[in-house]
Amino acid sequence: METVLALLVGVLVAAAVYLMLARNVLRFLFGLVLLGNAANLTIFIAGRLTPELPPLVPEGLAAPAGQVANALPQALVLTAIVIGFGLLAFTLVLVYRGYQTLGTLDSDAMRVAEPADTTDGTP
Amino acid sequence: MSWLLALPIVLPFLTAVPAFLLRDRGAARWISLGGCVLLLAASAALMAAVWREGVVAAQMGDWPAPFGITLVADLLSAVMVVITAITGLAVAAYALADIDTRREALGYHALFQILLAGVCGAFLTGDIFNLYVWFEVMLIASFGLLVLGGDKAQLDGGIKYVTLNLVSTALFLAGIGLLYGMTGTLNMADLHLAVREVENTGLLTVVAVMFIVAFGVKAAVFPLFFWLPASYHTPPVAVSAVFAGLLTKVGVYALIRTFTLIFTHDTGYTHGLLLAIAGLTMVTGVLGAAAQNEFRKILSFHIVSQIGYMVLGLALYTPLALVGAVFYLVHHIIVKANLFLVSGLSNRLTGSFDLARIGGLYKSSPLLAILFLVPAFSLAGFPPLSGFWAKYLLVKASLDIEAYLIAATALVVGILTVFSMTKIWAEAFWKPHPGGAAPALATIAPADRAALLAPVAALAGLTVVIGLYPEPFVGFAERAAGQLLDPTRYVAAVLGRTP
Repeated sequence: METVLALLVGVLVAAAVYLMLARNVLRFLFGLVLLGNAANLTIFIAGRLTPELPPLVPEGLAAPAGQVANALPQALVLTAIVIGFGLLAFTLVLVYRGYQTLGTLDSDAMRVAEPADTTDGTP
Repeated sequence: MSWLLALPIVLPFLTAVPAFLLRDRGAARWISLGGCVLLLAASAALMAAVWREGVVAAQMGDWPAPFGITLVADLLSAVMVVITAITGLAVAAYALADIDTRREALGYHALFQILLAGVCGAFLTGDIFNLYVWFEVMLIASFGLLVLGGDKAQLDGGIKYVTLNLVSTALFLAGIGLLYGMTGTLNMADLHLAVREVENTGLLTVVAVMFIVAFGVKAAVFPLFFWLPASYHTPPVAVSAVFAGLLTKVGVYALIRTFTLIFTHDTGYTHGLLLAIAGLTMVTGVLGAAAQNEFRKILSFHIVSQIGYMVLGLALYTPLALVGAVFYLVHHIIVKANLFLVSGLSNRLTGSFDLARIGGLYKSSPLLAILFLVPAFSLAGFPPLSGFWAKYLLVKASLDIEAYLIAATALVVGILTVFSMTKIWAEAFWKPHPGGAAPALATIAPADRAALLAPVAALAGLTVVIGLYPEPFVGFAERAAGQLLDPTRYVAAVLGRTP
């Protein structure tokens, strides 16, 4: 199972890199989503997969009895998903606003902050 | 002791709330300024405690380390928090006159405070996943500040800044995941012990390189710095000054922390890589600056170049080099934030950041000229200013281990820095204003003038003091570097037992 998920992470990263190489900022953004998910899956696998062993503490005990799944990576992934979602929402709005203001999604055409020729002093 | 560690994080958050609620009245700016004064007091108290006890640690929610989140301050963390408070106070004072009411109504002061909280949190946390969270707090606040107001150039620079920083974040997160998979812990002090048990050191090196890339983007090292000169010159000066002073330095701090505490298993490879990065960063940054003709763009490229010096100190990994790195960090934050503030004053007086369109400042405002020369010469490394000692320590450290190439690079880059500073001097201060205007400081309303000049003068004064009396500061940096090279105290303070 780990192997399958590791391969999935590889596919996700490959697709993410392919998308992020595009000049279109929106495609870059989709790549970013995939990359974020790949990172989350990495954490999930790094915590080892132990199916059907919920980390529950039986009544009367202070610690779970026997082998249980590792709950920490899932807490980490949950945090990362929430943060990633917030950042993505912001970035989507930013790109949309940028599209409205700059009139383009092509990163090569975004030259307002860095005009092509500044050596002669005329922006 | 735990409140001392939590205060520098909690105070800015608490300040942000009323600053946000009262954002469309004039009160927010004074709340922000007051919050920064309190932050400075809290950071000074923390520094006193750390100076007395060596390393101070606290477990949040009383969960014992390494299971809970630890806040920990050694001398490096403490000095970074103090310098954050100083920069925050200077910029908050400058913002009194610099931020227009429209940006205030959009919540500039609240975002600014949240940024400070994120930066302090990143300096104080002892947990690597928590470091990621603080990075995100800092990033989202900086995103907001960068595009606040929504000018064309701001949105353009903002898209590049946001997207590239998010890539680094994803890499950092994946690196944390893999590190956790190998060691089973996230506590940095515990990681220091746990990485020794890892058998597959090759895998550890791979993760180390992931961290170099992730923090490298944040610190703006070669070849990952392109977002910085694309965006730092677009927002108002009160935003870019705090970015220039603090944000990249959080990346450098994270590099120093992880590569002295965790990834020291194969210094030949990782620190060798860092050394190459440091040299290339210094050179590309300074050459990039030479090609620019815009006040803040020149300064932005110089941030990149100066980051190279700090990474150099880490890469050489000798006691003296780390002393240099710590000293450089402190000196650089003050000087760079100050130069950006000066650029803002010059813009206010002459109406542009474009060097071809401004001039005549020396004749009409000699005070500003002096206030520019102090940080500019310090940046270039002229004695007796702070930058001289910072560069001296690093060059000495390189010569001590016979790394002549990197020592020569550091010196040549210093000379090229003088070239850039001279260019700004000649264009903005020396030559007459092309429009024939004689912009004098007296044209700014007295209250605004005080708010704009006081922080510049204070930071310049600090630069001179560090330059003239470097001994206590170097002594401090020596102690801080000693703690970095021998983390026994750090580990013992966090885990409550000696390893």
